[in-house]
Amino acid sequence: MALDGRIPGGPLEQKWDKHRFELKLINPANKRKHRIIVVGTGLAGASAAASLGELGYNILSFCIQDSPRRAHSIAAQGGINAAKNYQNDGDSVFRLFYDTVKGGDYRSREANVYRLAQISNNIIDQCVAQGGPFAREYGGSLANRSFGGAQVSRTFYARGQTGQQLLLGAYSALMRQVEAGRVTLFPRREMLELVLVDGCARGIVVRNLVSGQIESHAADAVILATGGYGNAFFLSTNAKACNVTATWRAHRKGALFANPCFTQIHPTCIPVSGSHQSKLTLMSESLRNDGRVWVPQKPGDRRPPEHIPEDERDYYLERRYPTFGNLVPRDVASRSAKDACDEGRGVGPTHLAVYLDFRDAIARDGEEVIRQRYGNLFQMYEEITGEDPYKTPMRIYPAVHYTMGGLWVDYDLMSNVPGLFVLGEANFSDHGANRLGASALMQGLADGYFIVPYTIGGYLVSSQKKTETDHPAFKAAEKEAAGRIDRLLAVNGRRTVDDFHRQLGMLLWDGCGMARNAAGLQKAREKVAEVREEFWRNVTVTGSCGELNQALERAGRVADFMEFADLMIHDALMRDESCGAHFREEHQTEDGEPLRDDENFCHVAAYEFNGVGVSPTLHKEPLVYENVSLSQRSYK
Amino acid sequence: MSEGMGLTLRVWRQKNARDRGKLVTYRATYISPDMSFLEMLDVVNEGLALKGEDPIAFDSDCREGICGACGLVINGVAHGPGKGTTTCQLYMRSFKDGDTISIEPWRAAAFPVVKDLVVDRSAFDRITQAGGYISVNTGSAPDGNAILISQETAEEAMDAAACIGCGACVASCKNASAMLFVAAKVKHLGILPQGQPERRRRVLAMLEAAQAEGFGDCSNEYECEAVCPKQISVSHIAFLNREYLKSTLKK
Repeated sequence: MALDGRIPGGPLEQKWDKHRFELKLINPANKRKHRIIVVGTGLAGASAAASLGELGYNILSFCIQDSPRRAHSIAAQGGINAAKNYQNDGDSVFRLFYDTVKGGDYRSREANVYRLAQISNNIIDQCVAQGGPFAREYGGSLANRSFGGAQVSRTFYARGQTGQQLLLGAYSALMRQVEAGRVTLFPRREMLELVLVDGCARGIVVRNLVSGQIESHAADAVILATGGYGNAFFLSTNAKACNVTATWRAHRKGALFANPCFTQIHPTCIPVSGSHQSKLTLMSESLRNDGRVWVPQKPGDRRPPEHIPEDERDYYLERRYPTFGNLVPRDVASRSAKDACDEGRGVGPTHLAVYLDFRDAIARDGEEVIRQRYGNLFQMYEEITGEDPYKTPMRIYPAVHYTMGGLWVDYDLMSNVPGLFVLGEANFSDHGANRLGASALMQGLADGYFIVPYTIGGYLVSSQKKTETDHPAFKAAEKEAAGRIDRLLAVNGRRTVDDFHRQLGMLLWDGCGMARNAAGLQKAREKVAEVREEFWRNVTVTGSCGELNQALERAGRVADFMEFADLMIHDALMRDESCGAHFREEHQTEDGEPLRDDENFCHVAAYEFNGVGVSPTLHKEPLVYENVSLSQRSYK
Repeated sequence: MSEGMGLTLRVWRQKNARDRGKLVTYRATYISPDMSFLEMLDVVNEGLALKGEDPIAFDSDCREGICGACGLVINGVAHGPGKGTTTCQLYMRSFKDGDTISIEPWRAAAFPVVKDLVVDRSAFDRITQAGGYISVNTGSAPDGNAILISQETAEEAMDAAACIGCGACVASCKNASAMLFVAAKVKHLGILPQGQPERRRRVLAMLEAAQAEGFGDCSNEYECEAVCPKQISVSHIAFLNREYLKSTLKK
């Protein structure tokens, strides 16, 4: 299959304008005749559903939570980037584009990233107009802060709750369209199958999580905005319900999965405290603006932090990367923390942590200023650990946070399955091999507010055939979904779903985590196959399908993670280079920096499903750089 | 304490919306003080599942205090003994070995029980739907800095906007009133310049929707503020009342 990203021709800065002009329009009166399904109500899904509703389309909006407002975008803390250059510090659309491509270690599409940078400014305007309570300067203008991977201050924020405020903005726009009758909400629904008719996406099959009923919904196009797959690792900063099921089910129906091995490990999370742990909590990267990362110089130094004198501390990020210091990109910061702990210099009870110290910032700016900037984060840290970060340094350690891989999409955000659009974290498009901080919110909202509302029209014009749920394809998909549920309930084994999930997560963390090598990946792959086999023989799922059954919900998700894990490992093996978050130990410079192989791997790796446990077919989309020159990333 | 705590739990079990429901006693053992309250319930549920019993259903998602999905009445208090915390951010170090803990769902006519500790809070969505927004279509916004907002106003708006929609305010109120929830949104949007054009309409529409959903009136008990995980102040309700009065007069 030839993978064509359908990137418009012409100069970089004119591509999006030109493409928008060339896309065919739909007469306003005809828009209401088109029904569109949107799965997921995070930033991408809610903003898409609201904007498409405003345009007059007839929208069906689905989410697994009890309310669309609870999607996991709400937990994003630090901020959202935009190239406003309000600080007069040399920012521009081109600089945001450049930083994002570089931060992604040259594994993203130039045209997509440039469009993202262009749109970033409209997003801020839109969110302000909705009433987003962004931080302000005394004069009333919008405030900014710095984030990792950039030397300009371009991040807009609302305390440590930026994701919450942006999501509530998108949610309220969505609810306004519900009131207007253009959006119908389907909360507590989980997508179990994508329905294809004549090769086009025409609907979905969902399970009503309250009644257990399997329902079919038909539409002219389907948008997936269902987030990432970080929970494959069991422990991650994702919400408990985040899962790969919607995208995996679409993959099984023919949608290509791109770059599944690109998983971002966030450097500043609260360390694991015990085997009961159900999730990991992120401490916003913005803390690295004022906090200094250090470990003791000597391995095995178990003194409490206040007893370690200044000259026996190693501020290793400042030492190794004097230019960017504590603000190096996430992948660099995470690996450096792992290195420090591998050298026996980790701190805290598990020795799998490093310090993030605010002592100097408090001395410089006063406790009140620090409280204003990070008050809620400090409070959260204290609630979880029982320690006061105003007095003693925070302990942090990397954790799985975000997945850059996702379903393959073209410039219009449409997958290789006609009529299936994929937005936000669920697609692969903009972050390459590593996402910079404060860019996820930007991408989710760009996709939903400002890209798909245009591009989906271009598809709908050319596809006028209607499908309803009486089509046999829906019955077949319902049967498939119900059959799978019956199989899960019938196993009646001796291990719980969480027990399997934890085991899978450990295998992935050890074999396909912060650092990978061929032997470890091979071993992990064999182990995953064993665990998957045991799962279908020995899992226990209580209750029945016809009721609220949380064990059953989790079982379905874990079953899909088990299948997906094989693809993730396969991709990590195939990509025989280091780039961004994908660190293959075989490929590093003398001082431990990742070594890319642009000659052989400057491409998107998109996989076609051939069956569980069967090697997928690889399709390559070459990445062409016309506006930036590929270089060894350096933050020194 | 290496073996952890042993606790007696009295948990509300109710098969579905039509079932009467009852309190059932469970033992929780080997509980570490570093566990969150929900992780403690996870441990209990693992044990139930292995015995082939139906695990206790409860809502939770982000488990970091921001999504608003979780919410249990613990020993009679919404979100339990922690001040300014959600249930997921309550840690077992708040309890001691041998404690008996009662665990119940939010109780309010407008929040019917779905199963066990899971309730239906879609009434909050319908209140928002009635007018909890600024009507601005995508693409029609002026430059962000064209609207200057003093730092003070932005901070005050943020204080109110911090509401996570968990419903603890309703659960703690003897009238099951949603006034704190409504007031937080009315205040957030009502003091910002962007919110002025719909200021009057918004307060009337949201209050009317709240009443239609069966939430009660406010009788100034301040229980809502006491349990609010985001410590949203009842002073917003005073603001709401003034707004309501002005809006009715100008209607």
